[in-house]
Amino acid sequence: MTSAHVDHPMLAPEAAPPALQPVTPRRARPAAVARRLVPYAYLSPTALLIAVLMVVPIVMVISYSFRDNVIVQENPVFVGFANYTRVLTDPEFLTALKNTFVFITVSTVAHLVLGLAFAMMLNTPLLSGVTKAIFRIVYILPWLFTIAVIAVIWRLLLDPAGVVNYVLGTLGLIHDGVNWFGDPGKALWVLTFVNIWSGYPFFMISLLAALQGIPADLYEAAAVDGANPVQRFLSVTLPQLRPVIVSMAVLDLIWTSQQFALIWMTTGGGPLNATEMLSTYTYKQAFSEYEFATASASAVIVLLLTMILAFFYVRQQRER
Amino acid sequence: MRGRTSRARRTAAKVGVLTGLVLGAAFAGLPVLWMLSTSFKSNGEVFATPPKLITENFSFDAYREILGNTAQLRFFVNSYVVALAVTILTLVVATLAGYAFSRFRFPLQRLINAVIVSVQAVPPITLVIPYFGLVVALGLYNTYPGLILTHMVFTLPYAIIMITAYFNTLPRELDESVKVDGGNGWTALWRVLVPVSVPGLVAVGVYTFMISWNEYLFALTLTRTDNMRTVPIGIQLLMGQHSYEWNQMMAMSILGSIPVLLLFLLFQRRFVGGLASGAVKA
Repeated sequence: MTSAHVDHPMLAPEAAPPALQPVTPRRARPAAVARRLVPYAYLSPTALLIAVLMVVPIVMVISYSFRDNVIVQENPVFVGFANYTRVLTDPEFLTALKNTFVFITVSTVAHLVLGLAFAMMLNTPLLSGVTKAIFRIVYILPWLFTIAVIAVIWRLLLDPAGVVNYVLGTLGLIHDGVNWFGDPGKALWVLTFVNIWSGYPFFMISLLAALQGIPADLYEAAAVDGANPVQRFLSVTLPQLRPVIVSMAVLDLIWTSQQFALIWMTTGGGPLNATEMLSTYTYKQAFSEYEFATASASAVIVLLLTMILAFFYVRQQRER
Repeated sequence: MRGRTSRARRTAAKVGVLTGLVLGAAFAGLPVLWMLSTSFKSNGEVFATPPKLITENFSFDAYREILGNTAQLRFFVNSYVVALAVTILTLVVATLAGYAFSRFRFPLQRLINAVIVSVQAVPPITLVIPYFGLVVALGLYNTYPGLILTHMVFTLPYAIIMITAYFNTLPRELDESVKVDGGNGWTALWRVLVPVSVPGLVAVGVYTFMISWNEYLFALTLTRTDNMRTVPIGIQLLMGQHSYEWNQMMAMSILGSIPVLLLFLLFQRRFVGGLASGAVKA
């Protein structure tokens, strides 16, 4: 944790110490050609895997999306953009799009706020290192459980007969047992809450490392200028954290939009499509309805939306 | 006078921070504590009112049920086989790629790097449809290799990026010294760089294991029979099959979380540091 170097993989490996490579002669001799091929040889297993696991599948899913009856029949017919039209005019898809938007934006903002608040408390100079280390482990806990476990924990807690209803009922905040995941008006917010619970530690860890990397003399200078804690937070902490915050936020939007397991294991997209997301919609089209062609069109749309977010991420990384 | 007010203010600040930390810890920790408590109850006591943290029938029965059931144990075996294979294969392939990126300058390097990086952003839901077709066509449906290969699409980019970054911190004089002694790049990599990089490789390995252990969508889609299911799917199956044996579900959840919890606690320092510098989640 002492190395407060926060960086993101999307730019990591390109910058190796330059110019230590021996200068290659202009005219290529066989030995020199062989030597030039050496790095590609080291990369060949990776290249093969990326080709099989990424390039081929993406080509496949795009080609599926322009055909009908793919996978279930031998010779699917070319149908142009018909699958896209069908998906984009499907009210369930539009509901899924809207739900996904709410889910990812609320989750990301809450992850950021909670992660920053917890990171700042864990970074306080007022408490001993041991105390902070213990709290840190407790705070990271939600992140260490797999989504399947998180789903069963919250189904247990939020069961109509569960402990959450008991506590709220005892406090007089609710009267009858609330069916948190079963109420169309509440399910999306409950799901978002569970996702917030399971995802904030990742922001917290990154922001904690970034906080520890802020030079102390910046705070001293601000203190000399008579800045109070709030002013110090606004004029030193936030500007210093800005690059980390922006890249974490974009990454989180991407990851949260890909969330499937949590939704599938708590609400399954219901009740009445109240928690239908792009991921569950696509999955259902493929593996419940066996409409692999419409599912592929939906999957390509999801890919395009993700690429837009990834584009902002890469641009943000370049600016840093 | 001034010293006393600043000390009082300091105490007040300390109390404030501690209160905040305790509230946050309750938010983070109480659900986990409740899971633990439920795993020691009898199923009849799970929703008893008023709820109790420790009940009269405190027992390890739920754990005994899970561990005495070969069908449940099979989920664990499957998860270990898949996660360990993914970890080993990922480390080997990523070490080779990391060596190329760290020690060579070659045409298309930036492009190849950009492709590897962007792989991380591709949504699993987009891949799962063609994977289904591909895995069936290759005869890998409902097999270990089908799961192992597809899990590597998540683990490989992260591992390559981390290992490249680690190799970049090692001076080139290290591998040059091997070459002076008559060795080539291959011996330099395996005899010098890899042994020196063990701490970094361990961190990458732990993270790889966690990603594979936790993977859900591919495990759900690319396997069919219960004897090929992994722990996350096993937990879900327990939800339907046994009409909510909550105590067993919680016991299984805890047993299924132990490998990851242990790995995290053992490698916490390395792991959190590496995570902060790598920042990727499954």
